[in-house]
Amino acid sequence: MQDDSFISIRDVSKHFGDVHAVDQVSIDIAKGEFFSLLGPSGCGKTTLLRMLAGFEFPTFGEIFIDGQPMSSVAANHRPVNMVFQSYAIFPHLSVSQNIGYGLRNDKLSKAEMEFKVDEMLELIKLQGYGDRQSTQLSGGERQRVALARALIKRPKVLLLDEPLGALDKQLREQMQLELRALQRSVGITFVFVTHDQEEALTMSDRIAVMSEGKYLQIDTPNQLYEAPQNRKVADFIGTVNFFNARTESVAGGKVSMDAGPLGKLSAAPGKLEFSEGQNVLIAIRPEKFSISIEKPASGNAIEGTTDAAAYLGDRSHFYVRVNGVDKPVAVSAQNMDRTHDVTQTHQGQVWLSWEDDAMVILHED
Amino acid sequence: MSTKNKFGALGVFAVSYLAFVYIPVLFLPLFSFNDSIYVAFPLKGFTMQWYYEAFQSDGLMSSLKNSFKVGVPVAILSTALGTLAAKAVTRYRMPGKAPVMSFIMTPLVVPGIIVGVALLIIANMIGVTLSLFTIAIAHVPMCAAFSMWIMISRLEGFDKSMEEASFDLGEGAWMTFWRVTFPLILPGIIASLLLTFTISFDEFILASFLGGSEPTLPVYMWSQLRFPNTLPRVLALGAMILVVSFVLVYFAEWFRRRGTQIKTSSGV
Repeated sequence: MQDDSFISIRDVSKHFGDVHAVDQVSIDIAKGEFFSLLGPSGCGKTTLLRMLAGFEFPTFGEIFIDGQPMSSVAANHRPVNMVFQSYAIFPHLSVSQNIGYGLRNDKLSKAEMEFKVDEMLELIKLQGYGDRQSTQLSGGERQRVALARALIKRPKVLLLDEPLGALDKQLREQMQLELRALQRSVGITFVFVTHDQEEALTMSDRIAVMSEGKYLQIDTPNQLYEAPQNRKVADFIGTVNFFNARTESVAGGKVSMDAGPLGKLSAAPGKLEFSEGQNVLIAIRPEKFSISIEKPASGNAIEGTTDAAAYLGDRSHFYVRVNGVDKPVAVSAQNMDRTHDVTQTHQGQVWLSWEDDAMVILHED
Repeated sequence: MSTKNKFGALGVFAVSYLAFVYIPVLFLPLFSFNDSIYVAFPLKGFTMQWYYEAFQSDGLMSSLKNSFKVGVPVAILSTALGTLAAKAVTRYRMPGKAPVMSFIMTPLVVPGIIVGVALLIIANMIGVTLSLFTIAIAHVPMCAAFSMWIMISRLEGFDKSMEEASFDLGEGAWMTFWRVTFPLILPGIIASLLLTFTISFDEFILASFLGGSEPTLPVYMWSQLRFPNTLPRVLALGAMILVVSFVLVYFAEWFRRRGTQIKTSSGV
């Protein structure tokens, strides 16, 4: 166990019959961290969250929260609280009764309870809503009540199961910012499950990208995007172009490659190990390319033909067909010049150029 | 071309069907007000005499009491059993769930006369005296099956994460049931109580096999059919049972639906 880890998931597996929903996962999460589990449905992220909550127990392995092993601790005795995907607001109780639900065992006086509930109503900006029936709330309001109901217990960890999924886009973006600000102000460790990569990138300190019961990479949003460790992560986060290449020499922090139609290239290997004569993938994000009509004077460049172009306001997208490359290359250009529409001028023959450090070299599998 | 306003063959069929079901039943209240001991047209005149006599009859009133003595405990016990069985079926992963459910539901389709004969043989074998108690014992499995059927739809209707939320907020199994599950399934429980009571109250075959010397109301009514001069009284009683049963079932359905609406409005 790392010294600073607050939640420690040790070799945890969860089997449902023959299905290995979570397969030998070890993750350490620091105190006060906003940690996201990101992946498509069925990747095991929700099962992992439910094991943290105590609704499921690991088939193998152990989960520690604040140094305490959790395998014999039931959900109602764990120092964690959860915001459910459906919010699970109790329909037969008022807003105040919902928020104060978890206080019954704390043996507080009526006045203390009311004070705590009012404090929460203020935190979620729903002052004066206390006596309302919970069935009269809108989606965003229900989400806030669910949050308040969990936070009033002052948990060591707050678990959030896709809590923004049911909201419309505008409200969702607003709640993302609010949730992030709230997390900073209360200082509680958040574990957040989502399938929405943009949401994860916006809110998280670190993200575990999950697939088929395992995680592929755990990193900051920036590193996941700029330095993915494998093809699946590069593909799942944002858009990316892959090119086949073969290493020629590995020396002095540089990998030299023959990338066929792209010519001879050289880039830093990052955290991965490479050997000579190995088939690799070069990943380049669309915005790392520059598109021009004239051939650039120097640097990496290749000629192609614009297949399609789309104007998106702040930027323009191009799909450029390059001889010898299977798929059209996706290119994104910032629209810096108000008077010049590149989607009109950059038709037909164009040149794509990029820097050495725009390239991420990945193993082929 | 609107099909809504067309009163076609299907409409005629629907009306005929309802007439076929309800008109015979409506003869009961009609003749119960007829001033004649013969059940025949033409009607002689209006009277409340048969209702008055019905309430004066000791045998009738004691059989009515017997029916309550059986129906109320049966409703409570079978609803409790049905609710717990429904909770087990809907909330837990367990082996052999499907066969267990079928076995619980079977009393609904096994002919009452077979169950009645079987229970009578067993009662004789182990030497149990026939009484209201034996009737109640026979009614419980049948009513519990109905109750489970109502409660399953009720329990499946609400979001399981509400129970999990209660656990998550620090409550154990019993407090979660009391504070969350019970209030949410209460309309279903009331519906189940009303319906199981009605079933037990109206049931004839098991009550006649297992009742011994204490007849319930339907058994008493049947025994009175042999005497022509008490027939109008039985009609009056039948009419009252008809109205009470209708009201109970109507309320049971109303409660069941009311519960469904709460669920819908709370959905995300």
